[in-house]
Amino acid sequence: MPRAGAPILTAMPTPIYLDYLDRLEAEAIHILREVAGQFERPALLFSGGKDSIALTRLAEKAFRPGKFPFPLVHIDTGHNFQEIIDFRDSLAASLGEKLIVRKVEDTIRTRGLHEPGGKYPSRNPLQTYTLLDVIEEFEFDACIGGARRDEEKARAKERIFSVRDDFGQWDPKRQRPELWNIYNGRIQKGENVRVFPISNWTELDVWNYIQRENIKLPDIYFAHERQCVVLPSGQLLGLSEHLNLDDTDEIVSRRVRFRTVGDSTCTAAVESGAASIDDIIQDLLLAKVSERGATRLDDNLSETGMEDRKRNGYF
Amino acid sequence: MDLLRFITCGSVDDGKSTLIGRLLYDSDSVSLDVLATLEKKRTATNSTDVDLALLTDGLKAEREQGITIDVAHKYFTTPRRKFIITDAPGHVQYTRNMVTGASNADLAIVLVDARQGVIEQTRRHTLLASLLGIKHFVLAVNKLDLVGYDEAVFERIVADYQAVAQQLKLADVVAIPLSALHGDNVVRRSKQIAWYQGPSLLEHLESVPATIDANPNEPRFQVQYVIRPQTEELPDYRGYAGRIQSGTYRAGDKVRIWPSGLETVIDAIEVNQQPVAAAVAPQGVILRLRDDIDISRGDTVVPLAAHPAVVREFEATLCWMDERPLRAGRKLLVQHHAAVVKASVTAILQKINIETFESQGTDEAKLNDIVRVRIKTALPLVADEYRQNRVTGAFILVDDQTGATLAAGLIAATDPEYFTQEVPAETAFSI
Ligand SMILES: Nc1nc2c(ncn2[C@@H]2O[C@H](COP(=O)(O)OP(=O)(O)O)[C@@H](O)[C@H]2O)c(=O)[nH]1
Ligand SMILES: [Mg+2]
Repeated sequence: MPRAGAPILTAMPTPIYLDYLDRLEAEAIHILREVAGQFERPALLFSGGKDSIALTRLAEKAFRPGKFPFPLVHIDTGHNFQEIIDFRDSLAASLGEKLIVRKVEDTIRTRGLHEPGGKYPSRNPLQTYTLLDVIEEFEFDACIGGARRDEEKARAKERIFSVRDDFGQWDPKRQRPELWNIYNGRIQKGENVRVFPISNWTELDVWNYIQRENIKLPDIYFAHERQCVVLPSGQLLGLSEHLNLDDTDEIVSRRVRFRTVGDSTCTAAVESGAASIDDIIQDLLLAKVSERGATRLDDNLSETGMEDRKRNGYF
Repeated sequence: MDLLRFITCGSVDDGKSTLIGRLLYDSDSVSLDVLATLEKKRTATNSTDVDLALLTDGLKAEREQGITIDVAHKYFTTPRRKFIITDAPGHVQYTRNMVTGASNADLAIVLVDARQGVIEQTRRHTLLASLLGIKHFVLAVNKLDLVGYDEAVFERIVADYQAVAQQLKLADVVAIPLSALHGDNVVRRSKQIAWYQGPSLLEHLESVPATIDANPNEPRFQVQYVIRPQTEELPDYRGYAGRIQSGTYRAGDKVRIWPSGLETVIDAIEVNQQPVAAAVAPQGVILRLRDDIDISRGDTVVPLAAHPAVVREFEATLCWMDERPLRAGRKLLVQHHAAVVKASVTAILQKINIETFESQGTDEAKLNDIVRVRIKTALPLVADEYRQNRVTGAFILVDDQTGATLAAGLIAATDPEYFTQEVPAETAFSI
């Protein structure tokens, strides 16, 4: 309301102010539409995690009232929590979009791969094979992913349109210059492009967006009681039938939530009482440990874990 | 909250990566587990301080060689502002990666090693940053600890840089004496540098004007994708999805479609499936147009009152990024955002001498050269001069065979009256 005495300018529209989240959103929508405009057979890699759920919201903003110009593709390690699988199916159904699921288990069988052993057998590295197979099967020329540059130091180096060779490999020393917001998706036969529309978002940005947009997430993101194994590092791993535990393992019941969801055998839970999105944002503002550091077992194994996997065709 | 994107540049070893590490570290933006990894590395290498550069040098080769090869992106937030940092490599051979980083930045921090002062790479990066339209510059005189925090050294470097700034007509340059290694004047003001009264680097970054969108007075919108659901409920819906590149669009605006020149009216602007009265750059919107006319990806929609240049020949400044030199007569593609057209570089007119900033004649552009060229396109482009519009004045050159990005292009002149008059003799002969 204008103050008393102030002139009333009815014809003057209020200037539109865009805050940083509006700008990040606009950037992501622009990138998604570039994918639709430049590629013939794109796909959206959907993990069931918050980043890919946020991506589906961005895709709605980019393409509704039309359909998505790409299917959702889930590489299922078979080690996911059931909640995630259920959520995936109901989200795809409510969006009315096509969902393609390919199982790492099948790749292990058809390619004669070695099933990882040990107490916490992770199929994470094997996802790459399934991914490359599904790209070949459907001749996808672009795969959209929810990776963010703040996740990991090698990701911080990757372009938004990242060209991969026949084997899905990333060559960090030969990346195309990426100028302004002009995305060059020209590729040669056999190559494909990985596209990361939320590259410039941080974990906190994603949560702020989820809150602003009122996006529904699987329950495991919020605090709940869960049976967990205590790892030597002190991290907590949700109990599941995929772990090969023995008598030495200590099982406890804790109030936890997940900061990322991935393979249940290599994604740790964090102790937390955060039951709502507001709580989680508060948690994050105080958090002193990074998302990967808190939750990923596989990257802690090697300092260049992510770079090595990306070079080999990982997401 | 506002957003500020900035780039750090300068020569190898001037301390760019260390400075970013210090900014993150002193503003409490580094998580404990990442610090623990740094600490482990410190003990393993028997050093006294943790190596803050490791926070940004993310590639194996970078850590092994202790250099920055490609751009890294880092993010941090203070109560005042959100920042996106681009750490650029300093080596001349990686100049194209520096240009990549500068193309999206609002501010450039140009680092200088206090022991070396202003050197060729300082000039080169300042030139590139200003060419790419960055308006705000910080001259960060680093490693002051190595010259005994001497004010005279600082003043001498500032004076040298003044000359550069004047030559390039930089409007906003702030010089800050600092030590990235020890944190002097990075986040907190330094006790060691009592003779300096100005803001710390972070204080300055928090107070410069944030992102300004390109030319608000000349609205531009380019179609990225046509949305046609063809469902039972929406059998005839046709929406033009794209990004507002500059200015404001209002429902009811009379518009012209370029390059066809056809006229129509914006019936509705939709954002997230809701009609809105107006939308501004850089929002992504859907335009619904009154008439059923032929419009496709790459076409531009502008209000009748706006004045875009629609041309098939223009002059541009190129940052050449390919190993194979460019010669006049080369056929390639111009990618002007969503518009891709066949083109030919008809003349290479001049090259900028990095040392003197003067133009000289040339008949080729080598890797990392900055040249002025004339380009002819097979179809008309809706082109603006880069200094008028940082979005629609920009394009890239693409190799039509390999798909490689060959150059960053900045439209310099669209009116033949302002074309370069004297074509150097060498070039004139080779056409
Ligand atoms: N004494 C001192 N050394 C510094 C300072 N800043 C950076 N260095 C050192 O200079 C070297 C190069 O730094 P780096 O950040 O990798 O430079 P870049 O190539 O510009 O990214 C490293 O050994 C740093 O520790 C400083 O303020 N004082
Ligand atoms: Mg560096």
